[in-house]
Amino acid sequence: MLEVAQLECVRGDRRLFSDLSFALGPGELLQVRGPNGAGKTSLLRMLCGLMLPAHGEIRWKGSPVKELGENYYRDVTYLGHLPAVKDELTAEENLRIASGLDGIEIERREAYAALKTMGLQGRETLPAKVLSAGQRRRVALARLLVCGTVLWVLDEPLTALDRSAAGLVQSLIAGHLEKGGVAVLTTHHDLHLQSRHLELGT
Amino acid sequence: MRVEGTLSLVAYVIRRDLLLAMRRRADVLTTLFFFVIVVSLFPLGVGPDPNLLRTMAPGVVWVAALLASMLSLGRLFSADYLDGTLEQMMLTPQPLSLMVLGKVVAHWLVSGVPLVLIAPVLGIQFNLDLEALMVLVVSLILGTPVLSIIGAIGAALTLGLRGGGVLLSLLVLPLYIPVLIFGAGAVDASLSGLAFQAHLSLLGAFTVFALLFAPWATAAALRISME
Repeated sequence: MLEVAQLECVRGDRRLFSDLSFALGPGELLQVRGPNGAGKTSLLRMLCGLMLPAHGEIRWKGSPVKELGENYYRDVTYLGHLPAVKDELTAEENLRIASGLDGIEIERREAYAALKTMGLQGRETLPAKVLSAGQRRRVALARLLVCGTVLWVLDEPLTALDRSAAGLVQSLIAGHLEKGGVAVLTTHHDLHLQSRHLELGT
Repeated sequence: MRVEGTLSLVAYVIRRDLLLAMRRRADVLTTLFFFVIVVSLFPLGVGPDPNLLRTMAPGVVWVAALLASMLSLGRLFSADYLDGTLEQMMLTPQPLSLMVLGKVVAHWLVSGVPLVLIAPVLGIQFNLDLEALMVLVVSLILGTPVLSIIGAIGAALTLGLRGGGVLLSLLVLPLYIPVLIFGAGAVDASLSGLAFQAHLSLLGAFTVFALLFAPWATAAALRISME
């Protein structure tokens, strides 16, 4: 479903990686590994079209991402380094607005259920600025429960999470793969999931 | 439920930005008070000659409106940029220019409309008659959207730069000149008993023209800044 051909990434005058090719089918997980500065985040941003590759092509379901344009984003959810959680809004508002911008409006009930699954019961109406780093990350991750997209691109999803939340995220990803979803992630944690590996910067 | 249709995303972004503005009322009020204070300083500085004040009024109010809009432009994208929300907004299944349009409309509602509402009160300080006050309000209604729309291009280009605020004013203020000339010109014409409709028509034309083209330019600038 996701095909990457001869991808090259250049930042400034440094070539981070070149001639990178892989293909992912339904139910496959790719874990991108490598030392800091190897280009993991750059690769993930390229997969979402936030960065343009210096060379090479990314195809989704056979058509180049460049031609798909906005339609590609119906199928993609990206969680970056920054949690995209607004300090002024409550956890519930954050989740509902983030989801609405993705094109899916959810009810309060659905938002509460998703936040409960993420272990934020009783904190739905607190402004995000009083939440801890891990709790904010949980609010961001709650989007995965309501997005309904096929391709998940997750940049360090386990940062700041405690052990139980990290396990929860992994089971979420496992469920997503079982339903035929595709996921690409970077992490320095050990995963319990069956995944393919891509080493950058070696 | 899927948010379908082009206008629903625009409405959604407007609602979101208004909600955020409600939670951060201080930002809105600083812009408004800046406008009020700058305009009120002039009568105190130049002295109470009614004729002199009346001739100065259109220019003073309009220049203060330009400066007030510069104050709030820096925040148009930067807050969303810093917490990662802007990245997510670029990944919505709708054209980015629509998201920009929504943000610009919300910015105008929050920073432009209060200026329009308070302007007649300030105009009284300058001894403007009723007709001139009306023309001032209409010229601001037609002209202030351009400040938000054109300013958004500058805000997008200077996103994430150190000292971006100063650069933003250098980029954007020259582009505001036509709006200033025709906005203040309309009130001037009304004060001298001339026809002011042509000035207002031109202001309206600027707004329509800017609405048609600036969101695309802003979206392109955002893509460059985000890379």
